[in-house]
Amino acid sequence: MDFTFSEDQIAFREAMHSFFAKELPLEAIRKNWETEAGHAPELQARIAEQGLFGLSVPEDFGGLGLSDVDWVQMTQELGYSALPDYVVDTAYVAVGLLNALPAGHALAAEWLPRIAEGGARVAVGHPSQKLVADADSADLLLLSHQGELHAVAGSAVKTVLNPSIDLSRRPCRVEWTPGAETRVLDAAAAAPLWEDALNRGALAAAGQIMGQILRMLDISVAYTSERKQFGKPIGSFQAVKHHLATVAVKAEFAKPVLERAAQAMASGDPARGVHVSHAKLACGDAGWLAARSGIQVHGGMGYTWEVDLQIFMKRAWVLDAAWGDRAFHKNRVAAHVLSANALLGAGKTFI
Amino acid sequence: MELKYTPEQEAFRQEVRAWMKANVPKEPLQDFDTEEGFKQHRAWEAKLNEGGWGMVTWPRELGGRGCNLIEWLIFEEEYWGAGAPLRVNQNGIFLLGPTLMEYGTEEQKKRFLPRMASCADMWAQAWSEPGAGSDMAAIRTKAVRQGDHYVINGQKTWSTRARWADWAFGIFRTDPDSERHHGLSYILLPLNLPGITIRPIRQLNGLAGFAEIFFDDVKVPVENLLGTEGGGWNVAMATAGFERGLMLRSPARYQETARRLVQLYLANREEADRDPSIREAVLKAWMDAEAYTLSTYRTASKLVNGAKIGPESSTNKIFWSELDIQMHDTAMRILGPRAELLPEAPDAGDVGTWLDGFLFSQAGTIYAGSNEIQRNIIAERMLGMPR
Ligand SMILES: Cc1cc2nc3c(=O)[nH]c(=O)nc-3n(C[C@H](O)[C@H](O)[C@H](O)COP(=O)(O)OP(=O)(O)OC[C@H]3O[C@@H](n4cnc5c(N)ncnc54)[C@H](O)[C@@H]3O)c2cc1C
Repeated sequence: MDFTFSEDQIAFREAMHSFFAKELPLEAIRKNWETEAGHAPELQARIAEQGLFGLSVPEDFGGLGLSDVDWVQMTQELGYSALPDYVVDTAYVAVGLLNALPAGHALAAEWLPRIAEGGARVAVGHPSQKLVADADSADLLLLSHQGELHAVAGSAVKTVLNPSIDLSRRPCRVEWTPGAETRVLDAAAAAPLWEDALNRGALAAAGQIMGQILRMLDISVAYTSERKQFGKPIGSFQAVKHHLATVAVKAEFAKPVLERAAQAMASGDPARGVHVSHAKLACGDAGWLAARSGIQVHGGMGYTWEVDLQIFMKRAWVLDAAWGDRAFHKNRVAAHVLSANALLGAGKTFI
Repeated sequence: MELKYTPEQEAFRQEVRAWMKANVPKEPLQDFDTEEGFKQHRAWEAKLNEGGWGMVTWPRELGGRGCNLIEWLIFEEEYWGAGAPLRVNQNGIFLLGPTLMEYGTEEQKKRFLPRMASCADMWAQAWSEPGAGSDMAAIRTKAVRQGDHYVINGQKTWSTRARWADWAFGIFRTDPDSERHHGLSYILLPLNLPGITIRPIRQLNGLAGFAEIFFDDVKVPVENLLGTEGGGWNVAMATAGFERGLMLRSPARYQETARRLVQLYLANREEADRDPSIREAVLKAWMDAEAYTLSTYRTASKLVNGAKIGPESSTNKIFWSELDIQMHDTAMRILGPRAELLPEAPDAGDVGTWLDGFLFSQAGTIYAGSNEIQRNIIAERMLGMPR
C-alpha cells in the first residue's frame, strides 16, 4: 500500500510547472483570448516538444506510454496554468479512446503517432455532450451517433461556435453526416470506450479544477498580503484568513480522492466510475468555494476583468459542468453507496 | 502509487480480525463515564493488551508490536469493523505515548509506556485552565522547584476523565517571572498526591466526562519532568500535533458511522425522502469519510517513506470534526421526532446511540484546539498569510 508518487513523477510535474510558468504567463493567456482560435499555435508546438502530447501514447507509436496516474499530476499543472481544453482532450481523452480500439486498428496507427509528434488536434464529442470543445480547430473528430463511435475529418464537418464567458473555451455545435465510412465501432462495442472516455474527461476536469484551486489560493494569498486597510495587510485579519483556510481544507481532502480515481483508472478497477465521480464532485465543490472565497477576499477588485483570479474562476466553473454534470456524478455515487450489496465501512476502501 | 495491500499486510489483517472476532465483547460496554462502565473498559483494555494489541505502533520492548502506520490503519479498521469499544485511555496512548517516545528518557519510557498500553495507568491531559483555553500560553498554574521536587499550586479544567485517571500530564509555569510560552514545563504527576482535589463536571449527556483539578502545595519529584525545564511549550506542541494529526482519530471510526448512517437511511427511506436533501447528505457523509480515509493513507504513506508531517495536519482536525457533526446532524434529521429519545425509551425503535454521538460531535470543533485556532494555523503556517 503506497500512496506516494515516484521521484520521476514528481520531477516531471515540477518540470511542467516551470515550463508553463515561463511559456504561458498570464498576459499570454489574455493575448490568446484575442486570437481567432482562442489559443496560440506556437504554444502547441512547444508543449509537444516537452512530450506532453505523447504522454500516454504507447512507445510503439512514438509516445512515452505513461499512465492515468501521471496524468493526474499533469492535469493539475494544466489547470494551474489555465491551458485550454484542446490539450487534455487531445492528449488524454482522445488518446485513451484510440488506445482502447481493437488491437491493430488503422485509426490508432494513423493518429497516435501524429498526436505524439504534436501535429494533430482531436476533438471528442461524447454522447453526453451536446457541444464539442474545440471542434472548430480539430484535425479529427471522434463523434457519437446513437452510441456508435465515428471518426470524421475536421474538414468534413461544419461547426458553429458558441461564445463562452471563458474566452479560452470553444464549445461548438457540430453538423455532420454519419455513414458507414465514418463508423468505427457499433454501439455495443463502443459503449465501454465511451464510458472510459467520460471517466478520463471527468478525471481530467477534476484535476484541472484542483490546479485552478491551487492557483486561486496563491493569487488570493498574494493579494491579501499586499492590500492594506486599517493600516495592515488585509490577510492579517482573521475573517479573511478563515475564508482561505477553509478552501485549503477542502482542497487538501479532495486531492487524495482525485489521486485514487486516477489509480483506479490506471489499474482498470471495476469501481473506477464511482471513484471518478467522487473526485469530480470533491474537486468541483472545492472549486466553487475557492472561486467564491477568492472573489470575497479581493473585494471590489474581485469583480473586475483586470484581476487574474477571473481566469481561473471561470475555468473552474465551466469544468465543473463538463464531462458529466453534478447530477450525473451524484447518481453514480448513489447507485454504488445505496445498492443492497455495497461494501461500506471500515476496511472496505481498497477492496 | 500502489493501492493494494501486500500479502504480509493481508495476513496481519486476518490475524487482527481473528483475535477481535474471538475477544470483542458481545454486548456493548456501558458508558465509560459511569463507574461500572469505566471498570468494564479498563478490563477490556487489559485484555486487549494481553493479546498484544495494546498499542501496535510501539516497539515490542515497550509493550507494542512494532507496526508501521499502514499496519496501524489496518489494525484500526479491524478494531472498528469488529465493533470494539472506544479506547478509554486515548489521551495516554495517542497523545502522551508518542510524546514520550520522542522526548522521554529511556527510564521514563520503560516506566510509563507498558503500563499505559494495558491501562494499568489511566492518563488525563491537564492543559486547560479557566483563563487559558485557546490561549494556552496564558497558563498560570505554578510548579516551583524546591530541591528535588516541584511544588504545584493552581487549577486546571476540562480535563477529560480526570475523575477516573491515575496520572495526569500537563504544562505548568516553573519560572514564576516568565510570560507566555517561556518558562513552562511539561510534568507527569500521579493524581492521588496529597493536595489534589478533583471536581467532576457534567457534560451535555449528564455524565461527568471531564473535571477540574485543584492543586494545593502538591509535591512532584523532578524526575517527572518530560523534556527540559522551561522547554515545556515545545513538548506540548508535539503532543498537540499528535492530537490534531493522525493518531487521535483514525478514519475507520468515521467509515463505520457512515456505514451505519447509510443503513439508517435505507431502513427509514420512505420517511427520510420527504426531505430530498437527506439523501444527498447521506452520500456526502460516505464520500467525506472515504476522503478522510484516503487522506490518512496518503499521509501515512508519506511518513512511512520518511517525510515529516507539516502544518497541513491542522486540516485534519477541521475535517474530521466537521464530518462528525455533518453525519450526526443527518442521523438526527432521519430520526426526526424520535431523535430526542434515549436508547432505553420504550418507543425508541432504532435510535441506537445516535443521540449520544450527536451530542459528542458538538465538542469536536472545540477540543484538541478549536477549529478557529486551527484555521489561524492553516492560514499562517500552511498558506503563509501575514500575522
Ligand atoms: C469534550 C471536551 C474535552 C476536553 N478535554 C480536555 C482535556 O482532556 N484536557 C484539557 O486540557 N482540555 C480539554 N478540553 C478543553 C479544550 O481544549 C478547550 O475547551 C479549548 O481549547 C477551548 O478553550 P476554551 O474552552 O477556554 O474556549 P475559549 O478559548 O474561551 O474560546 C471560546 C470560543 O472563542 C474562540 N476563540 C478564542 N480565541 C480565539 C482566537 N484567537 N481567534 C478566533 N477565535 C477564538 C474559540 O475558537 C471558541 O469558539 C476539552 C474540551 C472539551 C469540550
